[in-house]
Amino acid sequence: MDLPFLWNTARELIAGVPLMFQLVSLSLALGLVLATLVALVRLSPWPVLSGVAYGYVYVFRGTPLLVQVFLIYYGLGQFEWIRESFLWIFLRQPYWCAILALTLNTGAYGSEIIRGGLQAVPWGQVEAGRACGMSGWLLFRRITLPIAVRQALPAYGNEMILMVKATSLASIITMLEITGIAQRLISQTYRAIEILLVAGAIYLLINFLLTRAVKALEHWLSPHLRDAPAPVLPNAALVH
Amino acid sequence: MPPAPEALAVTDLHKSFGPLEVLKGVSLTANEGDVISIIGASGSGKSTLLRCINLLEVPDSGQVRVAGETIAMRPARDGRAEPADRRQVDRIRSRLGMVFQSFNLWSHLTVLENVIEAPVHVLKRPRAECVTDAMALLEKVGIAEKRDHYPAHLSGGQQQRAAIARALAMMPQVLLFDEPTSALDPELVGEVLRVIRQLAREGRTMLIVTHEMGFAREVSNRAIFLHQGRVEEEGPPAQVLGEPRSERCRQFIQSHL
Repeated sequence: MDLPFLWNTARELIAGVPLMFQLVSLSLALGLVLATLVALVRLSPWPVLSGVAYGYVYVFRGTPLLVQVFLIYYGLGQFEWIRESFLWIFLRQPYWCAILALTLNTGAYGSEIIRGGLQAVPWGQVEAGRACGMSGWLLFRRITLPIAVRQALPAYGNEMILMVKATSLASIITMLEITGIAQRLISQTYRAIEILLVAGAIYLLINFLLTRAVKALEHWLSPHLRDAPAPVLPNAALVH
Repeated sequence: MPPAPEALAVTDLHKSFGPLEVLKGVSLTANEGDVISIIGASGSGKSTLLRCINLLEVPDSGQVRVAGETIAMRPARDGRAEPADRRQVDRIRSRLGMVFQSFNLWSHLTVLENVIEAPVHVLKRPRAECVTDAMALLEKVGIAEKRDHYPAHLSGGQQQRAAIARALAMMPQVLLFDEPTSALDPELVGEVLRVIRQLAREGRTMLIVTHEMGFAREVSNRAIFLHQGRVEEEGPPAQVLGEPRSERCRQFIQSHL
């Protein structure tokens, strides 16, 4: 085993981590906003809007992310009106094309996760909020959303892991993230197996840390699913 | 003695679910300090009546007046009624405490957080003040030591008592109880009834939908027997529950002894 080579490879590949991190965090953040909006539209009482939202989810869940990346990067430039609009400032750069594809993709999957979380909120708890005089945004922010988030988090953690792996597809539109750098090294050295093993190990490590983080978040948000607290002493200071 | 001022008045309430007419013109008035038991077979419209009062169900027609303020309704597109002013509905709801059959405590909040949630966020009262009041209420319903527990950590009886404290924290003008003990194991019913009994002694205005005939007789000053969406019999509990005039009410009481 050529340990110095593996070590050097690891160092070169780790240089791609910041870009991967940008791609995944930006598209997850934008995608979460998009997913929430799409989920709310799908649950709205307006059939046309809800249908449009469903169409979007259907298309982006039903086609490969690779095809979406290609279509956005190579396809959108075919339209002159896009090339002449302000959008071209973004869409001519592979970076923003990758962000766009990843965002649209996670927005579609995420909206289904959030829709499920929202629909699983026990109706009685929403009614209890209404009966106290809550409605609209207050009711959503204080009751519906916190309960939905807790229910959706395990599935959403899965989606985040998928997104970390999906960033590797950005390499095919020239992005030098982990996989992109790995491909360059392979074409220079022809030592594909070692390089890909190291690249895989890096993804594994990142997802290990991500899994831990999501688990910690779940734990923190779900004291109501754990054991009851120890009895409180009388006159103990109020913690809230 | 002059009659106490009116706390709640319901006039000619109608409500249908699809082809099923659940309320066929129900009227009732509760003056301050009244404790009114609403009894009747399942499907008679008891719960729907209670839920129409705070507009958890929107009545098709009829009026609800809380402390002299009538909930403004307007015709909706489907020919039924809808509330004209959502904010008024929120305001009126905040004056009506509701206790549900299945407690409906907010699962992600502790007992104390459940009790202060609406006072802080709906009434916009200072948090520290709400915590002090909430602790007094939890003391009163006997679960002060459970304040940092989540609903899932409590027995049904404790959850229902927490739910009563949550309703009381809004300082409501009228308390609505929708079968508060029907979801409880028999040995837990007593602790909840004890709390409601105490509230009756304090002179709170309450509407109680219940199947506990003995309790209804003891705690209320008026009983209403609903049958197929209409008030079949109304009067002092000793009469309605003891010597009902209507044959249907008599049959119902007999089947519940």
